[in-house]
Amino acid sequence: MPHQQVKFYQTGTLTVGNRLLDKAQRTVQATMDRSNSLDSGHRACQGCGEALGARYAIDAAMRATDNQLIAANATGCLEVFTTPYPESAWRIPWMHSLFGNAPSVATGIAAALRVKGRQDVRVIAQGGDGGTTDIGFGALSGMFERNDDVLYICYDNQAYMNTGVQRSSATPGSARTATTMPLGAEPGADFDKGKNVPLIAMAHGIPYVATASVDRLHDLEAKVEKAMSIRGARYIQVFVPCPLGWGSKPADTVKVARLAVESGLYPLFEAEYGELTSATKIRRKVDVADYLKLQRRFAHTLKSETQLARLQAVADNNIRRFGLIDEQGE
Amino acid sequence: MLKQIEGSQGIAQAVALCRPEVICAYPITPQTHIVEDLGAMVKRGSLSDCEFINVESEFAALSVAIGSSATGARSYTATASQGLLYMAEAVYNASGLGLPIVMTVGNRAIGAPINIWNDQSDSMSMRDAGWIQLFAETNQEALDLHIQAFRIAETLSIPVMVCVDGFILTHAYERMDIPQQEQVDRFLPPFVPRQVLDPADPISMGAMVGPEAFTEVRYLAHHKQMQALELIPEIAEEFKSIFGRDSGGLISNYRTDDAETIIVTLGSVIGTISEVIDTLRDQGQKIGAISLRCYRPFPKEVLREALQACQRVVVFEKCLAVGMGGIVAANVRMSIRGLNLPVYTVIGGLGGRPITRKSLAELFEKAVKDDLDETTFLDIKCDIVERELAREQAHTRSGAAAENILREVGVVDAAKTA
Repeated sequence: MPHQQVKFYQTGTLTVGNRLLDKAQRTVQATMDRSNSLDSGHRACQGCGEALGARYAIDAAMRATDNQLIAANATGCLEVFTTPYPESAWRIPWMHSLFGNAPSVATGIAAALRVKGRQDVRVIAQGGDGGTTDIGFGALSGMFERNDDVLYICYDNQAYMNTGVQRSSATPGSARTATTMPLGAEPGADFDKGKNVPLIAMAHGIPYVATASVDRLHDLEAKVEKAMSIRGARYIQVFVPCPLGWGSKPADTVKVARLAVESGLYPLFEAEYGELTSATKIRRKVDVADYLKLQRRFAHTLKSETQLARLQAVADNNIRRFGLIDEQGE
Repeated sequence: MLKQIEGSQGIAQAVALCRPEVICAYPITPQTHIVEDLGAMVKRGSLSDCEFINVESEFAALSVAIGSSATGARSYTATASQGLLYMAEAVYNASGLGLPIVMTVGNRAIGAPINIWNDQSDSMSMRDAGWIQLFAETNQEALDLHIQAFRIAETLSIPVMVCVDGFILTHAYERMDIPQQEQVDRFLPPFVPRQVLDPADPISMGAMVGPEAFTEVRYLAHHKQMQALELIPEIAEEFKSIFGRDSGGLISNYRTDDAETIIVTLGSVIGTISEVIDTLRDQGQKIGAISLRCYRPFPKEVLREALQACQRVVVFEKCLAVGMGGIVAANVRMSIRGLNLPVYTVIGGLGGRPITRKSLAELFEKAVKDDLDETTFLDIKCDIVERELAREQAHTRSGAAAENILREVGVVDAAKTA
C-alpha cells in the first residue's frame, strides 16, 4: 500500500501553517467550537464543493454573528441534499421557499427582524448559480438595489446540477453540459455568453461584493466575516466544483478549485461600494490546460487549439483586469 | 367613524388598523391606491412599527411577505390581474407553507388582449391555490373583510385573499364606517405564529416532501379549508358583536325565502342584481339572489340548503373557463348534485363591460321561463364574432382577432353616430 509522503512544509497545498498560526488567526473550521451549522449526514455527492462551501461560509457567519443567523435557501442541490423530509442537516433556522425568490424571502426575514427590533439576528440567502444568476436574478437585483440587510451567497458550480447538469448563465465557454453537448464545429457551451454577477452586483453600488473559492479557507472565511461586519446588501460568490457535473474526481475538488484560481479563470477579489478593494494574488500561475484536464466536461476543449486559446485568453484577461499577479513580485 | 372616501382608502385604513408589520408594494392597476395610501401612512408615521417595502415585482412582493410571515411578522400585500399570475408560484408556496398572509386582489381581467378593467378571472385562476378567498359586495364589506381576514388567516395559519372588484369598488367613493382602533384590537389579537424562524429554536421550513407524506400534507391543507367553513361564520358573528355590522360569512341571501329562481353570484354585481330583483318582485316574480362571500373553501352544504327549495338557478359570473364555460357554475352544480335543478350559466362583465339593469332584467325574465341556453354570454355582439369567424374561414392570414374585432366595433360605433 502506498504511503502518503509526509511533508512538513506542504507546498502543494494552501493549508500550510494553520497549526503554526496564532489561535486567533486559525480558521473557524479548525476550532472545536465551530457551529457545524450544516451537519454531517446530508446527502450531497462525494466531493461536493457546494456542501464544503456552504459549511465553511455558514460556520464563519455563525461565529461572526454570535450564532444569531437565519438563512433563506433557493431550490437546488443544497436545498435538496440537506432537507429530505423529515431530516434536516441544518442547525440554524433555515427556510426554503422557491427557486427564484431566495433574495426576496431574505428581504422579508430582515424586514420582520427590523420591525421586531431584532437587529442582532442577521440574514443570509443562498443558492446555486442557476438560482442566482438566472431565475433569481430579478429578485437578487431588487434586493441589492434596496440595499436590504442580507448577505447573499452564490455557490457557483457553473451549471444546473440538481436537474442534471444543464447550462446556466454561469457556464464557461466550451464546457460540456446536457444542453451544451460537445458536438459540432463548436463543441460545448458558447463563448461570449453568460454574465458576471459579481461585477453586476458591484454596479449596484452595494457595500460589499467578493468572490471566494473552496480551496482557500482562510480567504473565504475572512470574506464572510467581513461581510457580516457590514450592514446592507452584500454578495459573495463561492467557486464550488461539482465532481458529478464536471466529471472530476471527488478527491480532486479542492485541487480543481485551486487550479481555477491559480490559472486566473476564477479571479478572487473584493469590492466595496462598486470599487475593487483587493484581489487575491496568484501564487504560482498555471496554464488553463492544467485546470481543464482534471475535468471531463472540458475533454474536447483540450483537443481544440482554438477553444484552449480562448479560455487561456479569458484567464489572461482576468489576470490583467484584476491585477492577479504582482508584476514586481514576478 | 363615517367617512366618504375611496374604496382603496377604506381598505388601506382597515389594513392599517390591523397593525401590519410588513407591507410589500408593487404597482398594478386597480389595487395601487391601497398600497399608496399605506405607504403614506408609514412615511407620515401614523402607521408605526411597520416596514413598507417597494419591491421589483409581484413575485417579490409575495416572496418578501413569505419571508416576513415566516419570521413572525403580520404581513400584507395587494395585487391584481397579471400581477397575481406573475406571483402564482409564490401564491401556492405561501399556502403550502401555511403562512397567514393577507392579500387584496383588486379584481381585473387577464390578457391577452391586455385589459385593465374589472372581471374576476384573476382570482379564479388561483381558486385551487390553497388560499381562502373572500369576495366583497360593497366597500364597507371590503373594509370589514380585511379585518376578518387577518383573524381567519392567523387562526388557521393559512393565507387569505380578499377579492374586491377593481374600479367598481376600489375606485368608488362611498360612505364607510371606519372602526376604532380599540375595537379592532379587541377583535384581532397580536399575531402568534405557529412556526417561526428563530435562532433560539432553529427549525427547517420548506423541506422536500416525497410520496411518503405529500398526500397527507395536501390533505391537511384541504382539512384546514374545511375547518374554515366552520370558522368563517363564527368570526363573522364575533365581528358583528363588536362592530355591529353584518359582514363576511359564507353566503348572503337576498329575497330568497320563497324564490323559485335564484341568481348565484359573487362580488359587487349583487348590488345591481338586487335592484333588478326588486323590480321583478314588484311584477310578481318569485326571484332572489345569493352572493358567495366565500369562494374558497366553497360553501357547498350551505349553498345546497339555500338552493334546495327553488326551481332553477342562474349563476352569474365574471369569469370564463375557456373551453368549458362557467367556473362558478361548475361548483354550484356540484353542490346541488341530485336536486335535479336546472343551472344556467351567464358570463357577464368580462373586461369591464357594463352590466346594466336592462340587460339583467331581460335575462332574468327569460330565466324564469326556462328560456335560457345552458351558457349565455351577456350582451355579446354575435354579429361581430360571426364576421371574424367568416374572415378566418376565408383567409388563412386573417390577422389578429382582437384587432379585427376592435376595428369592427369602431365601424359599428361610427355607423351609429353617422
